Amino acid sequence: MIVIENGRVLRANGVEEATVTVEGDTVTAVGSAPGRNGARVIDARGAWIGPGFVDLHVHFREPGQTWKEDLESGARSAAAGGFTAVLTMPNTDPPVDDGPSARRAIGAARAIGAARVEVAGALTRDRAGVEMADFDSMYDAGVRVFTDDGDSVPDAGLLRRIMTYLAGLPGAVVAEHAEDVRLTEGGQLHEGSMSALHGLVGLPGAGEDVIVARDLALARATGARLHIQHVSTGASVDLIRHARATGVAVTAEVTPHHLALDDTALADLDPNLKMYPPLRAGSDRKAVVSALREGVIDAVATDHAPHASAEKDVPFEQAPRGVIGLETAAAIACAALGADQATFFDRMSLAPARLGGIDRHGVLVEPGSPANLVLFDPGHRWAPKVFASKSVNSPFLGKGLVGKVLATIYEGQISYEGEL
Amino acid sequence: MNGLLTLRGMTTGQLESLLDLGQRYRRMIRAGSQLPQTLHGRTITTAFFEPSTRTRLSFEKAAAALGAVVMSFTPETSSTSKGETFRDTVLTLTAMGTDVLVLRHSLADAADLAARWSRVPVVNAGTGRREHPTQTLIDALTLREHFGGLHGLRMGIVGDIANSRVARSHLAALPTLGIELTLVGPPTLLPTANPWGVRISAELDDELGDLDVIYLLRIQKERGAGSGLPSGAAYARHYGMNEERLSMLKPNSVIMHPGPMNRGVELDDSAADGERSLVLQQVANGVPMRMAVLESAIGEES
Repeated sequence: MIVIENGRVLRANGVEEATVTVEGDTVTAVGSAPGRNGARVIDARGAWIGPGFVDLHVHFREPGQTWKEDLESGARSAAAGGFTAVLTMPNTDPPVDDGPSARRAIGAARAIGAARVEVAGALTRDRAGVEMADFDSMYDAGVRVFTDDGDSVPDAGLLRRIMTYLAGLPGAVVAEHAEDVRLTEGGQLHEGSMSALHGLVGLPGAGEDVIVARDLALARATGARLHIQHVSTGASVDLIRHARATGVAVTAEVTPHHLALDDTALADLDPNLKMYPPLRAGSDRKAVVSALREGVIDAVATDHAPHASAEKDVPFEQAPRGVIGLETAAAIACAALGADQATFFDRMSLAPARLGGIDRHGVLVEPGSPANLVLFDPGHRWAPKVFASKSVNSPFLGKGLVGKVLATIYEGQISYEGEL
Repeated sequence: MNGLLTLRGMTTGQLESLLDLGQRYRRMIRAGSQLPQTLHGRTITTAFFEPSTRTRLSFEKAAAALGAVVMSFTPETSSTSKGETFRDTVLTLTAMGTDVLVLRHSLADAADLAARWSRVPVVNAGTGRREHPTQTLIDALTLREHFGGLHGLRMGIVGDIANSRVARSHLAALPTLGIELTLVGPPTLLPTANPWGVRISAELDDELGDLDVIYLLRIQKERGAGSGLPSGAAYARHYGMNEERLSMLKPNSVIMHPGPMNRGVELDDSAADGERSLVLQQVANGVPMRMAVLESAIGEES
């Protein structure tokens, strides 16, 4: 039994100061504790209590690149960031693109104890963008989100057939990484003042916008459920806003780094600031922050992309794309959203759980709810120095942050415990 | 660890004192004076990961003139072709005992990284499309000599600005020295943004009458610039420096080019070889200016 006292609890009717009791894998009481004999008692000291965070976008590198991360270290990193459920991207080596690879990935994920690990499947065979992946057998294995993350489906005709097909599988989601590689070839950072100063090839915002526009048109035509991954431009936000307002079944996510940073951070070409989509202009950053507040962007998703230190200690143009994000996401999202507990938990937990079809997560804290919880202190000042992840390629390493996860409870067990 | 990684952020005073030293060496060379052996016993290593024979020779002559021992590294004859990383090559070269590393590389931040990894002074001999500090100093020295001063001069940089490390080094330092810059070229070869806040124009003929210096750049086909142009002939028609355009210039205006020149594209013989051309003075200032840079790189160290 776990008893959490003095927290501000996110319940069905709003936020309430209450004691939360957990027995087994379930929240058994909210209000006064029925009894505490032998219970682990945690003093939340005014911290927020809500459903554990859900991340629809992580790369755990297993199989294939486990020196960067594996399922075990990735799940520990998730727990340290307050996440109780994550969705792994299929661009492993080999990728998840058929029944056997999906069953293998899901089997390995089920063995992980620190967090629920769900598996996304590829949209095209071998992520090559040429033929449809084997959707039915992945679907039967339990896969609901399909993406070639790292690449868009390059061929609009193929994507239309994919969307038409997946529209017929209940709950299936087409998730797209929006990048027209004809426009981004050779690109290193956002095309703008900073790319001009460095004389580096830029990734224009239009490289994202044209794919978002194409995908929205195809989703409208096919009725498919579309999810745009890591939205980073103001123009893409406007396209999504308009599409939603006119009935397209589209959702979207934004990363913490796009909420917190813009391309002016790249004066020194720190390889830990290299990712796709790149850090955009200040006006783009403002647009994605507003869209997240407004709900046009539904969820925060980290795009947690671990790379070893030696791989990042190279010239910027040779550095791999991607940064880790699980352990700093909550602080960044909280700062971007402002101090509103209900909106914060919606974007970090309720919405992503709903979009990914992940049951037992993103559930408001009531008696009978699953015991997947996080204690988050929105005023706690800290600077990340070490990570539970195997990698340290974070833009926020050593930087001052406000807002910290104090503890995470996954299926009734404490999966992370910070300074309590 | 000093060296010369970039001109960005340097003050007018720092730039002027480098130019003063360069000018001193220029005069001594011209007068045939005995040169001080200020780099005697020192080792200068040139590591050119991108081919540029002329810049390399100019640095090596500058080092030898001041008494240094010169080691020369070229990747095609070395372990880089066997897969050695840039970092390992830098550490190997500097571990042999190098007092200054002179580096040319296709990557923008290569010199910064080499300096951080090796802790040896690094002189940037051209990196990526971002830095070519010694070319800018050479050109400033040439102009100072020719005009007697730099303040208030108007320079138009014409051509493939997007791909030009020389243009970016000029943008980083020449305004600090009082030169007003205008970028002129077809829109596809201009930078995609203007963080420098300089004047930008696509119409060379509108600018010519206001400029003191026409600084011509080569179309860098090897960096993909060709695909931004309908044809070389169209470029020459709109931006090529020919007799007709020479006649539109102010009486004292000059023509410069960092080389190598494509005659018939960005300029024709009348511009390259005419009395307005400072091209050969630019070349002649290469060695003395680089002597000054090498000496400063090492002098501040000891």
